[in-house]
Amino acid sequence: MKRVLITGLSSYWGCRLAQELEKDPAIETIIGVSPDDPTMALERTEFVRVGTHHGLLRRIVQAAEIDTVVDTRLVVDSRGASGREAHEQNVIGTMNVLAACGGPDSPVRKVVFKSSAHYYGCERDDPSFFTEEMRRPHPPRTRLESDIVEADDAVRGFAERNPGVTVTTLRFCNGLGPDLRTSHTALLSLPVVPGILGFDPRYQFIHEDDIVGALRHAVVSDLPGIYNAAPDGVLILSEVASLLGKPYLPLLPPWGTSLASTALGLARLRIPEEVRRQLRYGRGLDNRRLKQAGYRFQLTSRETVQAFAEVLRLAPLRASAGAPYRYEREVEEFLRWSPSVRRRGES
Amino acid sequence: MKQLSAPADHRAYLPAVEPERQVTDWGRSERVEGVMDRTVYDFLYHYWFRVEAEGIEHVPSSGGALLVSNHAGALPPDAAMIAKAIKEEHSRPRPLHMTVEHFFKGYPWLSMLVPKVGGVPAHPANVHRLLYDEEQLVLVFPEGAKGTEKLYKDRYRLRRFGRGGFVEAAMRAKAPIVPIAVVGAEEAQPIFAHLPLRRLTGLLYAPLAPLVYLPAKFFIRFLEPIPTDVYGEEPWLDAGLVQTVAEDVRARIQEELYEMLARRRSAWLG
Repeated sequence: MKRVLITGLSSYWGCRLAQELEKDPAIETIIGVSPDDPTMALERTEFVRVGTHHGLLRRIVQAAEIDTVVDTRLVVDSRGASGREAHEQNVIGTMNVLAACGGPDSPVRKVVFKSSAHYYGCERDDPSFFTEEMRRPHPPRTRLESDIVEADDAVRGFAERNPGVTVTTLRFCNGLGPDLRTSHTALLSLPVVPGILGFDPRYQFIHEDDIVGALRHAVVSDLPGIYNAAPDGVLILSEVASLLGKPYLPLLPPWGTSLASTALGLARLRIPEEVRRQLRYGRGLDNRRLKQAGYRFQLTSRETVQAFAEVLRLAPLRASAGAPYRYEREVEEFLRWSPSVRRRGES
Repeated sequence: MKQLSAPADHRAYLPAVEPERQVTDWGRSERVEGVMDRTVYDFLYHYWFRVEAEGIEHVPSSGGALLVSNHAGALPPDAAMIAKAIKEEHSRPRPLHMTVEHFFKGYPWLSMLVPKVGGVPAHPANVHRLLYDEEQLVLVFPEGAKGTEKLYKDRYRLRRFGRGGFVEAAMRAKAPIVPIAVVGAEEAQPIFAHLPLRRLTGLLYAPLAPLVYLPAKFFIRFLEPIPTDVYGEEPWLDAGLVQTVAEDVRARIQEELYEMLARRRSAWLG
């Protein structure tokens, strides 16, 4: 029986993972913590409104005898959060969560950390396929990347100091899926696929279901160490464009790229620096370690893009069908906890 | 951290090939390569350079092998001609992966074209994956840019063979080394001088050279493979042995070049 704590429950990943773990009867307890409300319907997950204060987290961990902590908070896109918020989450938050998991009397036996392929960066002299042991050839270029490197290294340090704890780091490539909102889904949703003139970078895309699947795999089976989570198949951006049925349009010039993207920013098309680096140099990850550890990817990169193309084609129809069903947390909580509700099986 | 090369059993987990795709995971495009092959390469190989290839049987028809050649010409035509020779003459043609400078990944347009026609950034991890895991043919030019930027007066004199990294790569992958001697590339696009435009253009070098290839006659000779799996366990740790093998490969190519040049009567007619 497992007792799981999910940090960052309000994030998309936290909610999706909680939904997935709820289906598994071997998981006894699921507790989610987050400063904000969860965004999806959850049945037996208990939600506690708390940030990443390590003292409070540790009390929860001790009191509920949590044996598995899944950290899904990492900010991997500078679209959603400002630089300071991202730093607060990625560096300070990770430090606090690890502090809450450690200690001589801690019941925690497993930590799963959701990291990002931004750890490796994008450089001219990169290898074509990063393996887990490789370090980036140059120091981080962007604030977001250096925060991610710091968080990832902190988790590695925690694993070295706590040999009795199984620590899994999953470094995910760019995600894609119907419910995901990232810089890349925004760019690929445009009528043309933008790029940098004279470059056709290599890309991997992992489907949102595979991200949840890989996290779940790390919870239910023991995977000590670092794993790249990227599906089979490395595409080139022009190939992605043709799979989406759109023209590949190099909007940005090869020189003065940051200046031009500032100008595009005025036209409300934001291309953050880490995305610009990917548009120039691209990146490929070696996924064999995770496959050897028993995880089967449901979709390849190509199938992920094809699935996304179907979502994009349906999007205008969905939008005109009216507002989607929204989860009413108060009603759900009333139905779950109120003594006035008659439950089946009770007299 | 602990080990640098992927363990052997990882080979079973290589991504499956998706037949619908026309591009490989390395960014190589069947379509672009096919167009180049039918037009430019075909013309250059048969009519412009009138390539004569010898010893093609020394290129193994299965397993990984590291092809090592001399390098020349401002925009070197030798790599494409070696790949075309294997395609035209070999009984079981296989794609050839050509290692190129990291410069090509950072320069606009070249970064689009070079991977599509079979160029792979010259990173040790890339060479190992191709040779060991994927068991492919890989072509390296150990002289690197030192070979292509040398002036016409220094033609057919091999530069230093790097730091012997190619020998280490072959030893790690237990792949044989196939030395290749190419005659003709030096005359196809001779460099007479270097212009001080390197910083302005961002190019590797800005040579004073003919804009089109001159119709030199090409001879490509594939030499007998040198096994690298006969030196015991982890021979690459012995820096002296690596240097000795590298020097041996270099000497074999240099000797072969002198022999071929002695027999050549004209640079244009052969």
